[in-house]
Amino acid sequence: MKQIPDRDASHDLAGAVEQACRAERALNIAAGRTKDFLGNRPDVDCQLLDISGHTGILQYDPSELILRARAGTRLAEIEELLADHGQMLPFEPPHFGPAATLGGCVAAGLSGPRRAYTGAVRDFVLGVTIINGNGEILSFGGQVMKNVAGYDVSRLMVGSMGTLAVILDVSLKVLPLPQLEKTRVLECGSENAIETMCALCGSCRPPYPVSATCYYGEQLYVRLSSTENAVQTAIEKIGGEGLEHDQRFWQEVREQRHAFFESSMNFWRLSMPPATPYRLSAGSLIEWGGAQRWLKSDAAVDVRTQIEVGHATLFRRSSDAQDHASSQQIFHPLSAELMQIHRRLKQSFDPHGLFNKGRMFRDL
Amino acid sequence: MNSDQPDFHLSTADRRRFSVALKKLLPIDSIIDDADRLVVYESDALNAHREIPWIVVLPDSISQVQEIMKLCSEYQVPVVARGAGTGLSGGAMPSSDGIVLGLAKFNSILAIDRDNLTARVEPGVTNLAVSDHVRPLGLYYAPDPSSQIACTIGGNIAENAGGVHCLKYGLTVHNVLQLKVVTPSGELITIGSTALDSSGYDLLATMIGSEGMLGVVVEVTVKLLPIPQTAKLVMAAFKSVVEAGDAVSAIISRGIIPAGLEMMDRMATKAVEEFVQVGYPLDAAAVLLCEVDGGVDEVDGHTEILTELLQKQGAYRVRVAQDEQERQELWRGRKSAFSAVGRISPDYLCMDGTIPRHRLGQVLEEISDLAESYRLQVANVFHAGDGNLHPLILYDANKADELRRAMQLGAEILELCVARGGTITGEHGVGIEKIDQMCVQFTEAEIAQFHQLKASFDPQGILNPGKAVPTLSRCREFSHRPVRNGAATS
Repeated sequence: MKQIPDRDASHDLAGAVEQACRAERALNIAAGRTKDFLGNRPDVDCQLLDISGHTGILQYDPSELILRARAGTRLAEIEELLADHGQMLPFEPPHFGPAATLGGCVAAGLSGPRRAYTGAVRDFVLGVTIINGNGEILSFGGQVMKNVAGYDVSRLMVGSMGTLAVILDVSLKVLPLPQLEKTRVLECGSENAIETMCALCGSCRPPYPVSATCYYGEQLYVRLSSTENAVQTAIEKIGGEGLEHDQRFWQEVREQRHAFFESSMNFWRLSMPPATPYRLSAGSLIEWGGAQRWLKSDAAVDVRTQIEVGHATLFRRSSDAQDHASSQQIFHPLSAELMQIHRRLKQSFDPHGLFNKGRMFRDL
Repeated sequence: MNSDQPDFHLSTADRRRFSVALKKLLPIDSIIDDADRLVVYESDALNAHREIPWIVVLPDSISQVQEIMKLCSEYQVPVVARGAGTGLSGGAMPSSDGIVLGLAKFNSILAIDRDNLTARVEPGVTNLAVSDHVRPLGLYYAPDPSSQIACTIGGNIAENAGGVHCLKYGLTVHNVLQLKVVTPSGELITIGSTALDSSGYDLLATMIGSEGMLGVVVEVTVKLLPIPQTAKLVMAAFKSVVEAGDAVSAIISRGIIPAGLEMMDRMATKAVEEFVQVGYPLDAAAVLLCEVDGGVDEVDGHTEILTELLQKQGAYRVRVAQDEQERQELWRGRKSAFSAVGRISPDYLCMDGTIPRHRLGQVLEEISDLAESYRLQVANVFHAGDGNLHPLILYDANKADELRRAMQLGAEILELCVARGGTITGEHGVGIEKIDQMCVQFTEAEIAQFHQLKASFDPQGILNPGKAVPTLSRCREFSHRPVRNGAATS
């Protein structure tokens, strides 16, 4: 196993924040640069705060199911370490490149195929150490499963796109790898897709040990994860065909390297109640039992006008949209009252407006 | 009162004006302001801390809550929201200058969505009522705190309640999708969504466990789960708590996440057995209850592995409940543990620290030494699987000095949890009870950040003042200063 470098740059990073504060210079927090496409572009005159040199595993005791690592540690290295001990990151995060780091994963708050069945990044974050906008190093949460002392700042960091603080390290709950994983492919017309996905793990009993679902091109892919017996029993009940190289299939969906994603159009991520009727055009791929739907559209189309529940993120912009400085918001706009709370929260963590200004919402 | 706490004292004229305005908002029977009836609200289940509120209001609609909040915001009157009052940390203890906002009338289950597996309920609905209501559909609501017969969903949100099954199914924060919240200024906002996530910051996680400090929850959408096909319970008896603690780690290391993994020490086991006679071995230093659930194949496989593993870890007796009745019996013992301890002692304090699992044995021995030095007895009943201890400190309030010693021992136990890498509260909340120990767990800069976060939701500081997060001056007065992992204490 490759050694993960143990490098503590927290004081350098805190110093850089203090300096930026004095110089009134905005910062663009980044490490592996794998998710630069997500969110609004940073201001041209902001300075890069590179976290990739802040690496290392701070604590990992497999019997505690807890891992604490510095934010610049690569996700791939963490996953390799966990796999060596028969464990995994339960939220199966997308990497979008070999350089993806733990800090970026938490800041972007993105979860993979297992999310609807096991939980999201935010469900497994137990604690964080951060640098706030005054250059202070603060710790919240901890290395225990249950902790209600103080407000849940750790989860507030998840998906905040680096707009609140610099994440220095994260404590996560991890889970044992399933004994066996098998994927079944079921032929399924689009009119039944949502219903079938819901029935596989919904209110019907018995539920099957489903750990991922994907609907694309009239085919429903179902991954089963459990003990060998339980997986076999489920296979007998749900039928379908086996899938060779199924690990690669789920990886391609997760990393958006699946054929569906080969396009220069806009890619929208729709998050909606899983059973929401399927009324989207053919250019879509559905995951999470219906709760996450990917949609391709022309740059001019505002998908938000077509949905009644849930929210939509303009996940990847087509080259047209990028050239024309699209007026569309990347993240779903908030109500005025919620936006006010967001502004105040931003102000409370980052009073000088140093961190990732406008990355999430333009005026935040 | 500390200097950095807002002053909520109203002039006599303002008090009169506030009362008059309140009576215009609510029917007279929704307002309680006579001494006889106010006393009912003087504390929650932690009755060592009491204060008579100025007024109690019992609204029955969201618009009434909004109007009440607007009025309290205008006059800067403190508001303490209250569900069933089963809290164990004094989080719902009133303020003598303020009102108690009782949400008992918000007790309807509004809608069940069978397709999306959610229930939309009012905050005054009890935890168990949700599961009871959806059981005919083969569904349930996972968090199951011991007080689930009485405690409300609103209170569960405030405390991020856990329970016996949270090792596998998570805490309240993992099982709630959306909240409707009235802000301190009276606006109604929606936090979270009926999808799996929502745009913007994770305010849902911020609200859950915020102890009534950030907003008043008036509607909750919870996640429902299919009732597992089957469940099996294994009971194991150990000759030492260290062995039992090690067995807990061994189970997790083996790759099994039990639905519940509970431990009781000798004193608790004895108290339970005298009370309900469910067949716990009286000669055990520790009894483990380990439940696995899921599909039949998976559960059978795991039960076999567990039985073998527990024996290998030194259990001198391992018993698998043979049928549903036996399983329920063994659980009944665990569930009546607090009442059982209540029978053998006139009073007890229930603590709530969490520690890393591998330190269970060590910390239990340290607690026992501390108890001896305070000349008090401690019974331990707890969620071993997630390292959440519930030491019950036995005392007699009628004996001079016992309550004071019990509280001091409690404080020392919490500080011990922090020193062993844990936290002062796993699921009961800080409230008023553990406010000083917050100064042990957090640095001044961290506490200051909490205050700023609170001000983002409640700029006037009228919601539950004086709870959950200590003022900086209170921490300075508190003699201990944090020294933690060499982190700066500013």
